[in-house]
Amino acid sequence: MAIVILAAIALFLVYNAGRALTEVGLGTMLSGIQWYPTSDPGKFGMLPLVLGSLLVTGVALAVGVPVGVGAAVFISEFAGRRLKEVMKSVIEFMAAVPSVVYGLIGVAVLIPLVKDVFDLSSGLTALAGGIVLGVMSVPTIVSISEDALHAVPDDLRHGSAALGNTRWQTTFKVTLPSASSGIFAAVMLGLGRAIGETMAVLMLTGNAAVMPTSLFDSVRTMTGTIAAEMGEVVQGGLHYSVLFTVGLVLFAITFGINLAADLVLERQRKRWRR
Amino acid sequence: MVSVLSIADEGTAAIVVPRPSVDDRTAGIAESARGSFTLADVSVAYGDDLVIEGVDMEIPSRAVTALIGPSGCGKSTLLRCLNRMNDELGTVRVGGTITLDGQDIMRREVDPVELRMRVGQVFQRPNPFPMSIYDNVAFGPRTQGIRRRADLDALVEESLRGAALWDEVRKSLKKHAFELSGGQQQRLCIARALATKPEVVLMDEPASALDPISTQQIEDTIAELKSSVTIVIVTHNMQQAARISDRTAFMLRESLEEPAHLIEVGETKKMFTNPDDKRTESYITGRFG
Amino acid sequence: MSRARTRQARVAETIARGVMGAMAASVIAVALFVLAYIVYQGVGAIDWQFLTDVPRDRGRAGGIYPVIIGTVYVVTATAAFTLPVGVLAGIYLSEYAPRNLATRAIRLAITNMAGVPSIVYGLFGLAAFVLAAGIGRSVLAAALTLTCMTLPVVITATEEALRQIPQDIRQASLALGATKLRTIYKVVLPAAAPGIVTGSILGLARAAGETAPILFTGAVFQMRQTPDSPLSQFMALPYHIYAQVTSVPDWNRTLVWGTVLVLVAGVSIVSMVAAAWRSVQRRKIKW
Ligand SMILES: Nc1ncnc2c1ncn2[C@@H]1O[C@H](COP(=O)(O)OP(=O)(O)O)[C@@H](O)[C@H]1O
Ligand SMILES: [Mg+2]
Repeated sequence: MAIVILAAIALFLVYNAGRALTEVGLGTMLSGIQWYPTSDPGKFGMLPLVLGSLLVTGVALAVGVPVGVGAAVFISEFAGRRLKEVMKSVIEFMAAVPSVVYGLIGVAVLIPLVKDVFDLSSGLTALAGGIVLGVMSVPTIVSISEDALHAVPDDLRHGSAALGNTRWQTTFKVTLPSASSGIFAAVMLGLGRAIGETMAVLMLTGNAAVMPTSLFDSVRTMTGTIAAEMGEVVQGGLHYSVLFTVGLVLFAITFGINLAADLVLERQRKRWRR
Repeated sequence: MVSVLSIADEGTAAIVVPRPSVDDRTAGIAESARGSFTLADVSVAYGDDLVIEGVDMEIPSRAVTALIGPSGCGKSTLLRCLNRMNDELGTVRVGGTITLDGQDIMRREVDPVELRMRVGQVFQRPNPFPMSIYDNVAFGPRTQGIRRRADLDALVEESLRGAALWDEVRKSLKKHAFELSGGQQQRLCIARALATKPEVVLMDEPASALDPISTQQIEDTIAELKSSVTIVIVTHNMQQAARISDRTAFMLRESLEEPAHLIEVGETKKMFTNPDDKRTESYITGRFG
Repeated sequence: MSRARTRQARVAETIARGVMGAMAASVIAVALFVLAYIVYQGVGAIDWQFLTDVPRDRGRAGGIYPVIIGTVYVVTATAAFTLPVGVLAGIYLSEYAPRNLATRAIRLAITNMAGVPSIVYGLFGLAAFVLAAGIGRSVLAAALTLTCMTLPVVITATEEALRQIPQDIRQASLALGATKLRTIYKVVLPAAAPGIVTGSILGLARAAGETAPILFTGAVFQMRQTPDSPLSQFMALPYHIYAQVTSVPDWNRTLVWGTVLVLVAGVSIVSMVAAAWRSVQRRKIKW
């Protein structure tokens, strides 16, 4: 049934994207650098959107991975039981906060901050969107990395400790390498979440659909484009169909990422099952 | 899932079976004969791995029969044949014939679910259900469709008395079963098995997870029970087998390549003092460990 | 020389602990900041009128009663679709599914469903439910969309919870002559209920906060009354926040933050209560 739903999603996306795929062509859209969907004739170059997504996601990973993995290591290897429980509820809370709320907090707090610190005319930038997205990816990264670290058998740690290694040496030389595939999967899944996230980026990146040149540019992501433009298009029209194509590209990207992460996790599970 | 293996010749199987109808079973057979098994040329394989071969034995009613032998020799496997719990394991195939009071229990038409109401089982680890003491004991009767409160109350009390637990829990039947001690939990499991009014109770090392005092209580319970039900018990503990059983069966797997065989079965007293087979003697005196 | 090495190791240890600790601390700090900020900004709006009045002046005044009710409706409808389907699917996967390639593919599909971006679910809901099925933008269409999104969570939670139930309990039930079906619904399911319920509630709470999937499937900006049928459109807390901020000039800060507080408090209180209940139940039932 899950397969059916997944297939249905793909099917409906392809079906609705059909007109754009035949009239404009996927290659033209993916390589075009101009996104003027409402001009006549419309220009549907998705490259700025794809790059916008990648740029924001890159920032998000730069923030989310060190913090997330670091926190996971701390929780799993160094924290006492009490602190562990506290950290877990904190992570759960962070995961439960809706993305519009992160967006709004970003608007209220981070945007003015970015504007002042970097002396920009507007704080609505790839940087601001990426930072908030990074914060939002932390719960995913922490919980999956923590699972991976937790799955490493204690025998290994004891073995290392018995050789005279300190906690950190054990962690760095034994535990982390053993859990590396799981942590990699955590990063992948965090990446998937970040690329697919909509509301926060929509509210924070300024949504200028131009080729981004720096972190301080306003960018528009694929998700933001769909959310912002779908309300105004004619159903069944070319623009409508193009937006479904954007959705399809997004779906393909996240599907690939999730599949990869899944396979890595599966392999890790096999490794410790004996 | 159970298919008759053709490992051994099926000739023996044909002899055994006077097949009474269900009515015959209840009416015709004398009370004292209820709950007796006859095994003829029983073999068991997990997938392609034959683990038991050619077991012939009688399990008399209203007596305790102990199955002994080194671990891995197939005691649990053989025990599970008697209530067809092997069916639940998927890839198990059982060959030969097993009759309960003359009725072949391995035929396809025999519903394992009905069989299990007649042949109860107690497991190695106490495994009460996560519910109250009362609900644990009433589970089997409710499965049989008994709903009337008074009937259930009576069955619960009778079964708990049978398992020598009544006096300890009569005031707290609503308590969660997990609040009992390990030994009490195991006696609860015995009571639970008794509540379906089985003719036979199978016990797979029922005391191996318990302390000596609880073990003693379980053994006392078994001694009480044998006047009303047939008991087949697997045990690792020679002293225990000697203390509680009337008959003992010794199984052995002589090498890893071979399946296990039933080496000897007989009166417990004789088995422990003057066995016919050298291998039995050396096992009992500790040479096989 | 060995002593120097030991000292070096000790320094590294201290630094590493410090860095990792700082990461963990920053996570806590951000979470606390988020929480405190929302409460600080929003608490001023919370009064009886705010919770019971309709929005006035495009949301710049009045309350958010229909907004709350809209979210409650949609989440309830989502639960009504998700729970039976999800729990049954979870039971099937954990208790009945053969161990073969098809099952593996189903599992893979489920985990992948969980990773599909919410905006893509929004597109799918628009194409499939609103247009193809002809339901139109409505509570029903939005709930169906959120159902697709929440299903993997419920299925996984059910499977996980069932897997925690030890095998010997099932065997004991079978040995008493219970059928497999009866074993599952009398013994296994009740024992697994805390895990299933909590996992599902966490998934539904997540659904309550989603904006992207309901953007095109039924949420509207302004409505005087509460939805009167499954086919009417609705207002919802997350969409209300988004719409205020992006399309109302001079949006009322206090009221919007009040809406945020209501949403976050609702979602996290429900989640926390569910999680706490589960851990109490777990402690009671120790296998
Ligand atoms: N479910 C199973 N699948 C495959 N092999 C099994 C299974 N259960 C038991 N066996 C094998 O059957 C043999 C007998 O096991 P068992 O009946 O548990 O022995 P015992 O109870 O005497 O220790 C062992 O070699 C064991 O590995
Ligand atoms: Mg055994």
